Amino acid sequence: MRDKSTTEAEINNAWNKVLLARKITRFRSLDIIKHIFNSFIELHGDRNIGDDRSIIAGIAMFDQQAVTVIGQQKGNSQKEMEYCQYGMTKPEGYRKALRLMKQAEKFRRPIICFIDTPGAFPGVSAEKNGQAEAIARNLYEMANITVPILSIIIGEGGSGGALALGVANRVIMLENAIYSVVSPEGCASILYKDSRKAPVVAGHLHLTAIDLKNYGIIDEIISEEGTESSIFDRIKQSIEGELYRCSQLDGDELRKERIERYRNIGSEIVFS
Amino acid sequence: MSQNLFFKCTKCGYITERKKVEVNNYVCLSCGYYETLDYKKRLDMIIDQNTFTETNIHNDFHDPINFPGYRTKHEEILSRSNLNEAVITGSGYIDGQKVMIGVMDTRYMMGSMGVVVGEKITRLFEDAEDEKLPVIMFIASGGARMQEGIFSLMQMAKTSAAVLRFSEAGGLYISVLTNPTTGGVSASFAFLGDIILAEPGALIGFAGKRVIEQTINEKLPFNFQTAEFLMDHGYIDLIVERKNLKSTLSDILKIHDQENNKFKLEDNIGSINLLINS
Repeated sequence: MRDKSTTEAEINNAWNKVLLARKITRFRSLDIIKHIFNSFIELHGDRNIGDDRSIIAGIAMFDQQAVTVIGQQKGNSQKEMEYCQYGMTKPEGYRKALRLMKQAEKFRRPIICFIDTPGAFPGVSAEKNGQAEAIARNLYEMANITVPILSIIIGEGGSGGALALGVANRVIMLENAIYSVVSPEGCASILYKDSRKAPVVAGHLHLTAIDLKNYGIIDEIISEEGTESSIFDRIKQSIEGELYRCSQLDGDELRKERIERYRNIGSEIVFS
Repeated sequence: MSQNLFFKCTKCGYITERKKVEVNNYVCLSCGYYETLDYKKRLDMIIDQNTFTETNIHNDFHDPINFPGYRTKHEEILSRSNLNEAVITGSGYIDGQKVMIGVMDTRYMMGSMGVVVGEKITRLFEDAEDEKLPVIMFIASGGARMQEGIFSLMQMAKTSAAVLRFSEAGGLYISVLTNPTTGGVSASFAFLGDIILAEPGALIGFAGKRVIEQTINEKLPFNFQTAEFLMDHGYIDLIVERKNLKSTLSDILKIHDQENNKFKLEDNIGSINLLINS
């Protein structure tokens, strides 16, 4: 099952990133939000059925610039993890995020998303409340927003659950973050009926920041060298640069840039 | 027993003459189970005879992350069912009304969406916008195609944006959810139709049942993730029996034909202006 194109070292590296991205002591969205924004005010609820604790969202100042911030939150202990559903977002979470994105658009504020999820919440209530529709709606509406959207994958970028906050003008990844269509365990158990093959499959899926940068799927990798506060400073610098770049574009150009970014993936395919 | 003369129900195992099942639109005469249709049977059932023209035919194999075993699997399916991808797109007529149509086929890797599927669906919407035609999508898919990694995930964003642009241009999109409609396909273009129809009993949902059971450790409710369950919770417009699908689609098309609407968008705006000016 191992092909020649994926070397032993690549497999070890990919699996190592999976473990680092999932480490319980890893910094979380809220740590970053506290460090790089001022006057953060959390806003709750989807105005329909509830408030999803896997998503922390609100308004804040980024230096002199007003912004809307949306982050998937995990926690650093078993208890905290349980409280925020291990970062697995429910439909009401995606709808809360979308509500605040539309609010951001109304007030012409940029939107900054921090992605960290193993995937959308798999459960009876989530299916009842239209998980598929909620994700689809976010993909559709995010494409259309006329203010800048930046998405930063800080840990796990798990499939549609991550993409539903990831339709952005720029997609940035932390050095040890991962982004994948399926978890290595899920893929291994479907393809090989053996979830223990996950480390090898992680290599095959090419889910590391470097692979995704080489593919042109993401735009920038932020180094995780040094202390947490130095990592957060680099995240801040990166946002600063991207917001400056986006400030040169009008609403329609921002929307067009975002749509084209995804439109171009696969447009080289030849048909008869 | 000749395989061609007889037909065995996938669900209950009831064996009967193939002709009888065919006349019954491949719905089991004993238990009422809806067999998953291949694209040819679906087109025969929906599109006026000899009016289908295929567009964006793809003959290559696309393996963006060089995934082990992918090409072998592709070649197996190709030789078994002469199918090159999981969706067929084109134009055709329904009771004389022209449409663009896409039909997914689960014989090709569970109808999963990779780059080629995403591109074909995107082009279907773009072509429909150019030609000012409605789009009908018959969904049958297990979700995003794992073997194409992140590239298949990106097709969810791409196809959703294609629906957006088509919708902004005023186009009508009808999506028909058939067994199965799950994962990344349900979470993108499948649930973005102006009108969402479904076949009775179809499995429709986002997460797999096994994953849900493992996560929540509880019994799943009766009817869970069926078309009926989804309609009860407000996520689809109408469940339509297979034998009535063509006439229902035909009626929806007729109602959306602007020739049948005295209150067309432009006219409407005009009359509002008139009121303001007077």
